[in-house]
Amino acid sequence: MSTAVHPLLRAKRRKAALRTLAFLSPWIVGFSAFFVYPLLSTLYFSFTHYDGFAAPTWTGGKNWTYVFRDYPLFWPALRNTLWLVVVMVTLRVVFGLGIGLLITKIKTGAGLFRTAFYLPYLAPPVAATMAFVFLLNPGTGPVNHVLGGIGIPAPGWFTDPGWSKPALTVLALWGIGDLMVIFMAALLDVPREQYEAAELDGAGPWHRFRYVTLPNISPIVMFAVVTGVIQTMQYYTQPLVAGKVASGIIGNSGQQFEPGYPDRSTLTLPQLVYNLGFQRFDYGAACVVALVLFVLAMAFTALLMRRRGGLISAED
Amino acid sequence: MTHATPATLSRGASAPRPGTASGTRARRAARRRRALQWIAVHALGLAAAAFFVLPFVFVFLTAVMSDNQALTRDLWPHTWQWSNFRTVWDTPGFLTWWRNTLVYAVAGTALTVVSSLPVAYALAKFRFPGRNLVMMLVISTMMLPPQVIIIPMYLFWTKQMGMDGTLWPLIIPMAFGDAFTIFLLRQFLLTVPKEYTEAAKVDGCGEVRTLLTVVVPMIKPAIAAVALFQFFYCWNDYFGPQIYASSNPAAWTLSYGLESFKGAHHTNWNLTMAATVLVMAPVIVVFFFAQKAFIEGVTLTGVKG
Repeated sequence: MSTAVHPLLRAKRRKAALRTLAFLSPWIVGFSAFFVYPLLSTLYFSFTHYDGFAAPTWTGGKNWTYVFRDYPLFWPALRNTLWLVVVMVTLRVVFGLGIGLLITKIKTGAGLFRTAFYLPYLAPPVAATMAFVFLLNPGTGPVNHVLGGIGIPAPGWFTDPGWSKPALTVLALWGIGDLMVIFMAALLDVPREQYEAAELDGAGPWHRFRYVTLPNISPIVMFAVVTGVIQTMQYYTQPLVAGKVASGIIGNSGQQFEPGYPDRSTLTLPQLVYNLGFQRFDYGAACVVALVLFVLAMAFTALLMRRRGGLISAED
Repeated sequence: MTHATPATLSRGASAPRPGTASGTRARRAARRRRALQWIAVHALGLAAAAFFVLPFVFVFLTAVMSDNQALTRDLWPHTWQWSNFRTVWDTPGFLTWWRNTLVYAVAGTALTVVSSLPVAYALAKFRFPGRNLVMMLVISTMMLPPQVIIIPMYLFWTKQMGMDGTLWPLIIPMAFGDAFTIFLLRQFLLTVPKEYTEAAKVDGCGEVRTLLTVVVPMIKPAIAAVALFQFFYCWNDYFGPQIYASSNPAAWTLSYGLESFKGAHHTNWNLTMAATVLVMAPVIVVFFFAQKAFIEGVTLTGVKG
């Protein structure tokens, strides 16, 4: 009696376990059916030839060598992603922090400014991308009209392989609202006494920013960088729509189009899954790219969850 | 006059010596500095506001131009052709896209919140073995690009369930919890003091009743925030409808239809921009009604657990 678990206690524990299972059940079903099963299938398909009609046949590593060696779009897409990670993510974090700082300093009409800065973030991506392809179009676009008016040579933006990624970066900076709000909250959390102490020590604005603000908000900066990288891995709608609209492709139902216009400069990895799977019906090769995407996304998520100094904690 | 360094200025401002000449001079300098700073900050603010607002303005101005003028480089409409909005609205299919988007967004949001809440509650309030593991898996799936699993999912929904050309493959999975929603709700539930749920239990409430009658009213702002996030996600989703609905125009959503609209009117930027305005408008209206919940929600995403 004294060592064995009391029957009443055991019944209570079983009840608690059942209750936990019941509460978790939507997730358990969803996680198994919409994550584990398709992930294992993706892994299996990546070693088979499969076009969706005939049964999949095992081909070993053939899809893998095809994607890495012979598929002409893979390396351009990976290079573009690297470019976007280095330039777009960096600029977004710096700009987001700048706008966040600015909004905490604005005293008159703060609410109005905040709404104006935040609103573009909410613009539906397809609509926003089409708007920017129009605004930046070299022929009749207002931006080049204004640039021409003040004597700055106007670039071709979405129609020029060298300028299409900068154009996408401008679009991404326009939608900075999410980062602005996160930085704003972090900046308001910095203890005021630290600024006062720094001021008494004779620290100027730059020193206060460097030695008080930055150390306090550095976890949020890291969070913004890592989630920015993960979002860049998923970057799909904007580059795809920009490429299609700028190239003047008409209609989209079942249309065969070469993604990445102009000259593969807007290709990203998720577009390759679409290109291989839904345009070429080569499901096996599409699954290889999907797994590359999976590994990259998981690597950065692990960085985000690292136990020591992790940014998102799985514990409370 | 001695040259004032920022240090002496700020010290002068915080500890002024009333009555002495140098005290008033320092105070006047501090006031001047503050005024200059006000001007600099607000000038920068206006410049930034121009960057964020002007694209909306240009889109709108182009949307009301005549067909001929939209082909020129003029920025201001000669005639305000409001009928462009009517033309877009009357385009075959536009109303269907609207309705489909609304169904997808409303059903998706409701299912997501209802199915994610109990999971988030268990993760925040129950102690059970493997809880941290479940949390880690939730965070991992949250970061997963949808393209990773799209091939088997597409084959499942179209070949086995016969649901090609519908939005059901996008709506049904939302009845089984969404990782991002679970994560955010759990973060918020952690802040609910244990005393409240325990008091309810002392009063004889089961877990379900505690959740519905005690906890839900307390976390209304978080529920509003995640509902908004999910609504916007569905409203803006392009990839999902592209995969599952593209074969059937009757199932298209606004985001997907908008692009084909551009294709059909490829020289009429005015009509395309009018359509863009009509797609952006509902999102902006919803935002003005729910601004506070939204910004609180975004802040929550950056909060550490």
